[in-house]
Amino acid sequence: MVVIVDYDAGNLKSVERACREVGLSAEISSHPNRIRTAERVIFPGVGAAGSAMRSLAASGAGRALVAAFETGTPILGICLGLQISLEYSEENDTDTLGLLPGEVRRFRLDDPNLKVPHMGWNAVRVIRPHPVLDGIQPGDEFYFVHAYRPIPGKRTDVIAESVYEGPFCSALGRGNYVATQFHPEKSGRVGLRLLERFAEWDGRVDA
Amino acid sequence: MLSKRLIACLDVRDGHLAKSVKFVDTKNIGDPVAKAREYYLDGLDELVFYDINASSEGRRIILDVVEAVAEQVFIPLSVGGGVASVADATDLRLAGAEKINVNSAAVRRPALIGECAEAIGDQNVVLSMDIRRVEPSADMPSGYEIVINGGRKPMGIDALSWAKEGERLGAGELVVNSIDADGTREGYELNLTRMLSEAVRIPVIASGGAGEPDHLYDVLADGKADAALVASMVHYGDYTVSGLKRHLHGRGVKMRMSW
Repeated sequence: MVVIVDYDAGNLKSVERACREVGLSAEISSHPNRIRTAERVIFPGVGAAGSAMRSLAASGAGRALVAAFETGTPILGICLGLQISLEYSEENDTDTLGLLPGEVRRFRLDDPNLKVPHMGWNAVRVIRPHPVLDGIQPGDEFYFVHAYRPIPGKRTDVIAESVYEGPFCSALGRGNYVATQFHPEKSGRVGLRLLERFAEWDGRVDA
Repeated sequence: MLSKRLIACLDVRDGHLAKSVKFVDTKNIGDPVAKAREYYLDGLDELVFYDINASSEGRRIILDVVEAVAEQVFIPLSVGGGVASVADATDLRLAGAEKINVNSAAVRRPALIGECAEAIGDQNVVLSMDIRRVEPSADMPSGYEIVINGGRKPMGIDALSWAKEGERLGAGELVVNSIDADGTREGYELNLTRMLSEAVRIPVIASGGAGEPDHLYDVLADGKADAALVASMVHYGDYTVSGLKRHLHGRGVKMRMSW
């Protein structure tokens, strides 16, 4: 059973459906106790950092998520979920949860032909092996929709990179926390396989 | 870098897949849910449903179709047709649509674009434009005019200025649908697509007229579109999604080739 953290941040049902498709039963909840005691947690989200942080503070889900991280619960962040797990976001000038060091900045591109948001299918290159991203082949593409990009404070927290003008971090993690900037629930079968691996993950990363 | 997208459009009427030629003579050609699943498994990048019902009964049916498709298709779903309010957009999002297409109602009341963008995010609001060729004039300097109500009502609005206005109001993407090319299978309207693509900083989806694989190449390369939308080409079994993608990839277009 996985708890999908509800913080009024968009299409949680698509994450729930994808979980069901890979045999992972899911409950959508903002209740701190449900999150703190969950077997595993998905922290999804589409929307803006400012309102997301307000909503997480109001329900207590933000503190519960930090507690789940500290007690070793396997957690998967997706898109905005990834972004607000770092310390700061330029979006709405927001202090965020700080599970890991780092910040989030808007894409600033020199090429006038490149559009922001970065929306569509892009390749993901794993640079540090991780059980949840295991099996991703060169050329496998995932679906992205975002105008801001994560910049982890520690290079060793970067798990995968993608290229949009230059390289950017498209997956990160440490210990029992792993997160993707792309949307596995909208990335076809390669995305479903990632969710499948998360469903089996014990929260450990071999050093 | 981003791949170009192949998008299939399913026109749905009373729960059935329909296809029109030049926006009239619609006929039923199958079960939209089964088609959606088939295309998804064959490597489709994105799916668009267009609800061509005006009735309230038809509205309920499209929600059921979207819900059924969202259960088994894990790529972005976009839905349009008759979206006139934030409530319409929100209902479709709850049913499982990622992106919402606005068209006629946004021409009649442009504030709809901003209201939807505020409610569901800029990137999820697609401004779909039905456009016909006209003689360039002082009112219509680009030589292209916006038409609404499924291609029946010319609005006297210049397509180029409406595209720019749509972007300014918060649309995250444009669908450029040529009425002149729709259903002809003679190729997309390249001049129109290129003109609009060069005028905005949001992605442009070319629609209407595809009949051969090279038509897709032409609009993605020369027409500068970010995505090509097909319907008849794949609905009748003349071409497959994976075959089209292989063709484009073979001609050097960056496509997603593993799924």
